[in-house]
Amino acid sequence: MAVIRDVMPVFELYQPATIDDALRLLNQHGSDALVLAGGMDSMDWLKDRLHKPKVVVDLGQIKELRGIKEVNGGLEIGAMTPLTEVVKHPMVRDKFSILMQAAELVASPQIRNQGTIGGNVSQDTRCWYYRGGWSCYRAGGNICYADTPTSVNREHAIFDADRCVAVNPSDTAPALVALDAQMVIRGPRGERVVNAESYWIGPGIDITRMNVLQPDELLVAIRIPPTMAGAQFYFEKVRDRQVWDFPLVNVAAAIKPNGSNIGESRLVVNAVAATPKRLHNVEAYINGKPRNEETAKAAGDMAVQGAQTLRHNGYKVPLMRNLVKRAVRGSEGGSWTS
Amino acid sequence: MDFLRYGRSPWGETIATHVSWNLFWASLFAGILFFLAHAAYMLFSAHHKRAAAEVDALERSRTDLPPKIERHGLAARLFHWVMAASMFVLLFTAFLPVVGVKFAWVQWHWIAGLVLTASILFHIIHATFFLDFWSIWVGPKDIPEFKAELLRDFGHEIGGPKSGKYPLGNRLYHLAIVVTGLAVTATGLFMLKSVRTPFMVRDPYFIADSWRGFTYVTHGLAGVGLVGLVIAHVYFAVRPEKWWITKAMIFGWITRRQYLEHHEPSRWKVGAGASKSAGHV
Repeated sequence: MAVIRDVMPVFELYQPATIDDALRLLNQHGSDALVLAGGMDSMDWLKDRLHKPKVVVDLGQIKELRGIKEVNGGLEIGAMTPLTEVVKHPMVRDKFSILMQAAELVASPQIRNQGTIGGNVSQDTRCWYYRGGWSCYRAGGNICYADTPTSVNREHAIFDADRCVAVNPSDTAPALVALDAQMVIRGPRGERVVNAESYWIGPGIDITRMNVLQPDELLVAIRIPPTMAGAQFYFEKVRDRQVWDFPLVNVAAAIKPNGSNIGESRLVVNAVAATPKRLHNVEAYINGKPRNEETAKAAGDMAVQGAQTLRHNGYKVPLMRNLVKRAVRGSEGGSWTS
Repeated sequence: MDFLRYGRSPWGETIATHVSWNLFWASLFAGILFFLAHAAYMLFSAHHKRAAAEVDALERSRTDLPPKIERHGLAARLFHWVMAASMFVLLFTAFLPVVGVKFAWVQWHWIAGLVLTASILFHIIHATFFLDFWSIWVGPKDIPEFKAELLRDFGHEIGGPKSGKYPLGNRLYHLAIVVTGLAVTATGLFMLKSVRTPFMVRDPYFIADSWRGFTYVTHGLAGVGLVGLVIAHVYFAVRPEKWWITKAMIFGWITRRQYLEHHEPSRWKVGAGASKSAGHV
């Protein structure tokens, strides 16, 4: 399909200065409006003319959406805070270093300067059939071009596919789930707070959306409670190009030791499903067990139970198994920090 | 108002992909409007039933009939309720997400679809070989009954033909359900190839884009049509003057008096003269 690149369609640009103004605009224009955060995802859609919004609401002028502040021993990160700022924040580095690690592995330094944490967690999937403008399920059509006997689907889902096999490409998302973060959403009906684990939605629930945001709502902040502060963290991302790429699979683990055993744990893998996949069964298994090779191996094996591969993504099963194993045990690929 | 939604195939062709959900709302409101209009009409209409004295006389003359007359056999009743349950699951799983109740509906939907398909296959065999197949169908032979019913609805006392086993409205409804039900199950079976099931390898390419679009649109049209049809069916099932039919679908029988009041014995033969007493469903 011919795609016109670099020439964006005509739209009205609004640059509100407050959250309330932005919400009024979204309420007024509904699904005709596109929310622009850092623009790292949105600009592709606009330049490829695959999204043709009548209105673009640029959040860049809203100061209250930026910045990181300490709240009751945890953090509140404005949705428009650039990833670089997240990486450099001392409290992130000291208490929630898994988020620093994850954010630091997003794309390139230039993109991290411009890209925001709200945009990173809310970005659309990278499935190229979908982003190529074809009428797939996710685009409102009636087929998944990535899940056919002849599809090129090396990067696609091995879990929880429901007609669509696209995956969530965020690096910060699994770290936030591991930290038990909460997403603060504001809309015309007021503010609501959603657990990070419930922020993303799979195709079974809604095949055209990646998260719970309605067209008239904004993600305004991400709250990280002190629950997992100072825990032992592990983050590892495997990608095709080490300099700049989306994850093939990434893993985030937060573990609180109890003596020589694992006390409390939160394990999350991303890029294997349309939502970050929290490994509840593995957590239940490893809690109370010593952190050693045997526990790690069993954890890896458990993690991939139920995986359903496509034609070209079978490698994700051993990759995920090994990442989970290393996350529980620790290894050279990533590192335990606390 | 849009009726269909369109997309582009990888070859750049414009293809229909779905029906517009506007049609769902249209069908929902049509169903609700129908029952409101009918209920209002029934409040003020001069619809005439067979006079009590006439039924008394008939009853005195037909003491040969059993006090309870079987209207629906056990197999037919089981089919009906299994089909009804699967139909409700299908409609709710299809349309609750449309109205904003989001849940993982696909698996429930195709399972209910398979139950519906199996129950329809059973019904076709059962009705063809074990019941009076033609008793449910409408045709030119029903024109006198149609005229008589119309006149009765306008308050005329006429002694024209009563229905056989099934009232005319019932038979017309069955015809509509046959068309929509077969359309929705046949297309649903094709669509099953597009989702992951334990039964077959998923392969949406087994039909061309345009045919897939036709399949989805037909499935959608039949589906939204069923919304209005089911509303009408439930409405009639709970109307007080129709309870005897609903109860017959639960317990299987009607009384001799109900038989004589609502039916034409010559068109629905019961007892010694009956060929297949169970009739249709």
